[in-house]
Amino acid sequence: MSLRLAIDHATTYQFAGPIRRGLQRLRLTPLSGHAQRVIAWDVAFDGATPEVAYTDEYGNQVALVALEPGASSVTIRAHGVVETRDEAGLAGRHSGYLPLWHYLRDTRLTTRGSGIAALVTGLADAAAQDPLATLHSLTGRVRTAVAYAPGHTNSATPAETALTAGRGVCQDQAHVFIAAARALNIPARYVSGYLLIDGREDQDAGHGWAEGYVEGLGWIGFDVANAVCPNDRYVRVAIGRDYHDAAPITGLISTLPPADETAAVQDRLTITLSVRVAADDSPAG
Amino acid sequence: MGSGSGELMTTPSLPCFDEMREPDGTVRPAYAGYRAWLDAQAPGLLKRKGLEAEAFFRRTGITFNVYGATDGEERLIPFDPVPRIITAGQWRKLSRGIEQRVRALNAFLHDLYHRQEIVRAGRLPERLLQGNLAWLPQMAGFTPPGGVYTHIVGIDLVRTGEDEFLVLEDNARTPSGVSYMLENRETMMAMFPELFTRVRVREVSDYPRRLARSLAACAPPAFTGDKPVVAVLTPGIYNSAYFEHAFLADQMGAELVEGSDLKVTGGRVAMRTTRGWQPVDVIYRRVDDDYLDPLTFNPDSALGVAGIMDVYRAGGITIANAPGTGIADDKAIYSFMPEIVEFYTGEPPILPNVPTWRCSEPDALAYVLDNLAELVVKEVHGSGGYGMLIGPTSSRKEIAAFAAKLRARPDNYIAQPTLSLSTVPIFTRAGLAPRHVDLRPFVLVSPNGIDITPGGLTRVALKKGSLVVNSSQGGGTKDSWVLDD
Amino acid sequence: MLGRSANGIFWMFRYLERAENTARLIEAGFRMALTRDSGAASEEWRSVLITLGLHRAYAARHGEDVTGPHVFNFVLRDRDNPASVMAMIETARTNARMVRTGITREVWEAVNESWMNLREVFARPVTETRLRDVLDAVRRQAIQVRGAMEGTMLRNDIYHFAGIGTFLERADNTARILDVKYYVLLPSLSAVGSSLDNVQWENVLRSVAGERAYRWLNAGQMDPRGIASFLILDERFPRSLAFCYTRLATNLAFLARAYGFDTPAHAIQRAGHAELAGLTIETIFEQGLHEFISDFLARNNQIAQQIQRDYRFVE
Repeated sequence: MSLRLAIDHATTYQFAGPIRRGLQRLRLTPLSGHAQRVIAWDVAFDGATPEVAYTDEYGNQVALVALEPGASSVTIRAHGVVETRDEAGLAGRHSGYLPLWHYLRDTRLTTRGSGIAALVTGLADAAAQDPLATLHSLTGRVRTAVAYAPGHTNSATPAETALTAGRGVCQDQAHVFIAAARALNIPARYVSGYLLIDGREDQDAGHGWAEGYVEGLGWIGFDVANAVCPNDRYVRVAIGRDYHDAAPITGLISTLPPADETAAVQDRLTITLSVRVAADDSPAG
Repeated sequence: MGSGSGELMTTPSLPCFDEMREPDGTVRPAYAGYRAWLDAQAPGLLKRKGLEAEAFFRRTGITFNVYGATDGEERLIPFDPVPRIITAGQWRKLSRGIEQRVRALNAFLHDLYHRQEIVRAGRLPERLLQGNLAWLPQMAGFTPPGGVYTHIVGIDLVRTGEDEFLVLEDNARTPSGVSYMLENRETMMAMFPELFTRVRVREVSDYPRRLARSLAACAPPAFTGDKPVVAVLTPGIYNSAYFEHAFLADQMGAELVEGSDLKVTGGRVAMRTTRGWQPVDVIYRRVDDDYLDPLTFNPDSALGVAGIMDVYRAGGITIANAPGTGIADDKAIYSFMPEIVEFYTGEPPILPNVPTWRCSEPDALAYVLDNLAELVVKEVHGSGGYGMLIGPTSSRKEIAAFAAKLRARPDNYIAQPTLSLSTVPIFTRAGLAPRHVDLRPFVLVSPNGIDITPGGLTRVALKKGSLVVNSSQGGGTKDSWVLDD
Repeated sequence: MLGRSANGIFWMFRYLERAENTARLIEAGFRMALTRDSGAASEEWRSVLITLGLHRAYAARHGEDVTGPHVFNFVLRDRDNPASVMAMIETARTNARMVRTGITREVWEAVNESWMNLREVFARPVTETRLRDVLDAVRRQAIQVRGAMEGTMLRNDIYHFAGIGTFLERADNTARILDVKYYVLLPSLSAVGSSLDNVQWENVLRSVAGERAYRWLNAGQMDPRGIASFLILDERFPRSLAFCYTRLATNLAFLARAYGFDTPAHAIQRAGHAELAGLTIETIFEQGLHEFISDFLARNNQIAQQIQRDYRFVE
């Protein structure tokens, strides 16, 4: 099975006051790899200037852009076509220079607490013997423990907090899964990307899922939110130990006070995203 | 002066090596020229000069002194007017050992941030890296311009015999103290000009020029033009080493910048000048890794430059020393340095380590617990002497309490024997008297090679019998001479 | 050079200049007060405070009790006064330390020694007996730093930013004195030419250390027009507005030459300088001395602001 997916992802910031200075680190460029081939891709800016582009320690394609001082809105648009294959979740061998143990280290968003400890109770032996099966059963446990419910968490919510609350979005479920896998001594990481959803061409946000490492098989994806291993509906864009490492956009922005204090304009972030099957073989614009 | 250890102890009863005199009182060859000069001087000269020296140093040292006069951030470090002398032959051997070690440190760092062959080969336990925050993932897979990680290294040495120099500590992050080395020599030459015509001593004063040249040789791929722009990044005037930062920038003819002077623009890190933004090619930073880039490390840091790590990875700037070099001077890693040197150079180390027991190893732990009263026990990640035990000066009760801590977390400690550190005479009211010393040579690394300034900074314990050379605990400094052939 | 260093050297010299001028103002006030009854002396001290822009801060500290020792201790060394002379010297030194690599050892040591001396001098309250020595010490420090600067510094941009700070500040200080004392110089009041007026006029000159120079140039003749003309238009007098602007023009011209570009600050300064050069004291009095001074102060400040922007003192 293979698909051609056309993706168009625009992020717009509108600020109450003009920008004083700002730098944004973008991980918005998918790379050809084990289960995908990039046919065409472009990232365009309005209100921002590209500074440098490089490959980070995870192998992600990163661009650093400076926001234009004085501008009051910025748009970053990533769009293109990616050909995907169903590899039943397999994401390839471990590559790059980060040692596997790096994916066992805690991060702020995946710090393990009593909730994670309880979640993995009784799985330690199984994890040592059959890590793949353990990761599958972990998917079920996380799904039960953290119900999909948007609006209660944000991009800075740690796994343990979402677990205690018992609800969250795909990112929270992935974080809980990652923290739990690490608690079982299985290297795990976060993937940020896109997902083709039937009947929902227009989406509010990109997708996020987890990968666990199994000796002999390599990295394997687990999408807790959809209870599947990623297939040809998934486009991997960036990886990291947690969302923060792999996030599409991170950075620092400072703005000046609005010229008109009385105008009750607030800073606003708008994301438009469409993921669809490409109409034909021609690259989507 | 930084993270200097200087906390080695000796049992005072041990006979120790005096660098000036043999046990029978004969003056050793290194000091023959100096002694001959001294004998030819009128009696009481050294005493008079000693007093003069104090006044002189107060005057010239005004720059040390007054920088801290407000809040005592930086004090005048006592200076002793008797030189510490090393012969050309001793220095040759030392240099070879230092060069070998520094070469190994750089190869080691490159390996740690790439395939970690040394771990794969089973020569370094993975656990030393695994939980270690000094190893920065952001450096993985990246090779700094010119392949240089530690542009400036300070190797702390102690001496126990004629040809016995041991490495006490490697300083691979931002070793400080070089300004004292330079000022000490200036002071000596001003005080005893005729002495320098009698005894030929190798020059140190061109260190800033060599540093500038060495840094310029590490320009990043984005550099175009004929002369790389070098800047010294300081945390600011309230930093305890600000004097040294200003001194080096001044001597190198480089700009002394703070984080607020820099930003990422035009794909480079540039400094705000009165003519506009000017790209910096090489930044000699005296700011810790964690404060270097709020976008990458500590987000609250105002001392660094947002995005500098991105520009670095993209080849737009050279950071000296490279971020993440701290993993190489970690105390837990230190005990593996002999293996590390051998692994990367294929030769046995020329300079030995101070023997070290890794308490994480059961046999070593057992030995250390049995011999606590004779050992110095240090925390692996600690610095500055907290949580350490100096066996010979501790009470039975203190030793028992420490043994409990050690048993609870053995992998947090290493232990070393008390050594009989060498002595060098200092000038006292009663005349010359021996005191314990260490030595920190300064090493520059560039693609053109390894450049060791002859001598370095000698730190001396001014109190009789004391082995603590730290400036914060009654230590002073001396001019360090390497004799010309 | 770094914008921050330009900012540092600029403010270092502004503060040194201001400290020196403040000392002169205190000296003139003190002399004046000695010759008056207590009510008039109070008035004199109040005008010193107004000239320095410290009257409100002083009132918050001492209320309506305006006496010599209170005033000069407040102006010189009061810890509650962030604009005290001691605070200025301290700020000048902090700036010097920040630009340490841009100044010579001699300049640094001069600033630093001044700071050390004055810290000692100001450690205890200043009495009327000690005042003259104290003010001498303040003036001496400025002279020492200026001497070290002239004798040892390269004539590069750093030197010229120091000059810009000095002359903008000096023009500002002279103009402020005129602003507060202008009524003394108005023709309507001085028609009588009483001895009191003479004392007042002399006091204005003394505030800018110009009494001897003026007498020497004018054969001892005191008249308000002559004094105003001396302080505003006489290029021979180093504290006149005209002198300051000529020097400022030189400093700015150097930067334009060295950097290869003019800035908006150049244009504003040129306009101000040209206007000053085209004026006679008659036209100034016709236009109104007070209005002239107000305009001058506003433009002087505008130039300072523009220079800080043009040369990127801060981002």
